[in-house]
Amino acid sequence: MIRILTPGLGATVQDLGRSGLANIGVGRSGAMDRRALRVANALLGNAEEAAGLEITLGGFSFETLEPVTIALAGADTGATLDGRPLPRWWARTLLPGQVLRMGHSRTGMRGYIAVSGGLDVPEVLGSRATDAKGGFGGHDGRALKAGDTLTTGAEARGTRALDYGLSPRAWPDLWADGSGETEVRFVPAMEWADYDEEARALFCATGWTIEPASNRIGYRLDGPELVPTIRRELLSHGILPGTIQLPPSGRPVIQMLDANTVGGYPKLGVVIDADLPLLAQATLGSTLRFREISAAEARAARRREDDLVSAIRRATSHQRKG
Amino acid sequence: MTTPAAHVSEMGESALLIQSAGPMSLDVQRLYWALDRSCRDLPGVAETVLGVHSLLLRFDPQAEVAETAARLQDLWNETRPAGGQGRLLEIPVHYGGEDLADLAASHDLRIDEVVALHSAPTYTVFALGSQPGFPYLGGLDPRLATPRRSSPRQRVEEGSVVIGGEQAGVIARTSPSGWHIIGATRVSLFDHARDEPALLQPGDRLRFSVEEVSA
Repeated sequence: MIRILTPGLGATVQDLGRSGLANIGVGRSGAMDRRALRVANALLGNAEEAAGLEITLGGFSFETLEPVTIALAGADTGATLDGRPLPRWWARTLLPGQVLRMGHSRTGMRGYIAVSGGLDVPEVLGSRATDAKGGFGGHDGRALKAGDTLTTGAEARGTRALDYGLSPRAWPDLWADGSGETEVRFVPAMEWADYDEEARALFCATGWTIEPASNRIGYRLDGPELVPTIRRELLSHGILPGTIQLPPSGRPVIQMLDANTVGGYPKLGVVIDADLPLLAQATLGSTLRFREISAAEARAARRREDDLVSAIRRATSHQRKG
Repeated sequence: MTTPAAHVSEMGESALLIQSAGPMSLDVQRLYWALDRSCRDLPGVAETVLGVHSLLLRFDPQAEVAETAARLQDLWNETRPAGGQGRLLEIPVHYGGEDLADLAASHDLRIDEVVALHSAPTYTVFALGSQPGFPYLGGLDPRLATPRRSSPRQRVEEGSVVIGGEQAGVIARTSPSGWHIIGATRVSLFDHARDEPALLQPGDRLRFSVEEVSA
């Protein structure tokens, strides 16, 4: 069991999200940087669907009330355990009374903490993810507050203490930095054809600025105004996380994990699943670029994420055997 | 009715969207309800999401989307409207929301006329979406159609009975909204703890009954 000391700017319980309920208006929710949570769970030998914590912009701390094994992943938040640095992409058994603190993210936006056995919150509509809009899932359907306690699926009592992690040399992909410029790939969607060559080239050549009002619902981008050759009145249709919409302002919005299940703005394309984690870590005010790819290339990229997670699971399994 | 044109497009690496143009028509929507039913069981389809005159098909990550894309247009051409009528539900409304008087004035109507026009029709649930359990309702009297507020309210309470453009709705979860509030109901449109969390399903019909009017 752990007790939250400071929640920071937004800490929620998340897993890989809900699926199959968009037809009743329930969105996906789940970890914004899905890859980071998957890696954290892999480090602990947890199930893929185990719930962990997503911490936005750091400032989060908790104390342990019982022994618990955790894994840190995602953004570099300068985490410390009882004042001593604890690296990210690392698994460690904590003893009762130990305090883990995250500073403010130095690179990236979101840190993740997985716990051995997963966080023990009730499954609601097939997932433990917090649905902020619906007010259910996670811990009472809301962000964590100081004093909240969370229990874990498997306490580390009596088992061997773990202390191991992944090195930058062996796993360089995990140390990519989201603070400078991020490139994400997208597959064009229906209204891409409503923009002429010049407007499309401008979309891909522009370094878009991620506006401060960006969050788990959507990312707002600042840059040149894109003007379509035709303006359409669209009816509401299903959308997915990653959908790049162009409202009448001419500046794109990317729908994220807590977005509405339907929308009506023209859509330029959809950011590929494999690059949503990059978006999740791109810092406010940083620069975003888009590169057009085909759906087939996007599926291959998704397989590479699966391969990375499997490789980490294999590479660390001997550490967990007593 | 001849089947209207539908356009199939990619939505990222593993989803397809099929959509037809407006204006909102129950005849067109009946085709999409039928298409939804026949698409749910297609190989590789993980979920389907109905919209207004549209259907989104999300596939398993490794499914062969291209094969279905080629078939979807044929499937649409063969689709016949979904028959039958959905359930008829009654939603009691306490008319008198923050925007009732302004909305009446903007249409040169008295408040009792707005209440009468809003509670007269039988509405149809075209689709659910945006927020958990929120219905896109067709059937609003055109005399009540009102463009959305220029800036959305940050907080609109669950149960608010609202009008946005040519659509009527009931806010299912307290949230920001740019729709006009003309009343409130105690009926809960969504409860995650119920066996069927959403009260309404596409195809259901509903009537608003006048519980009370306070201006």
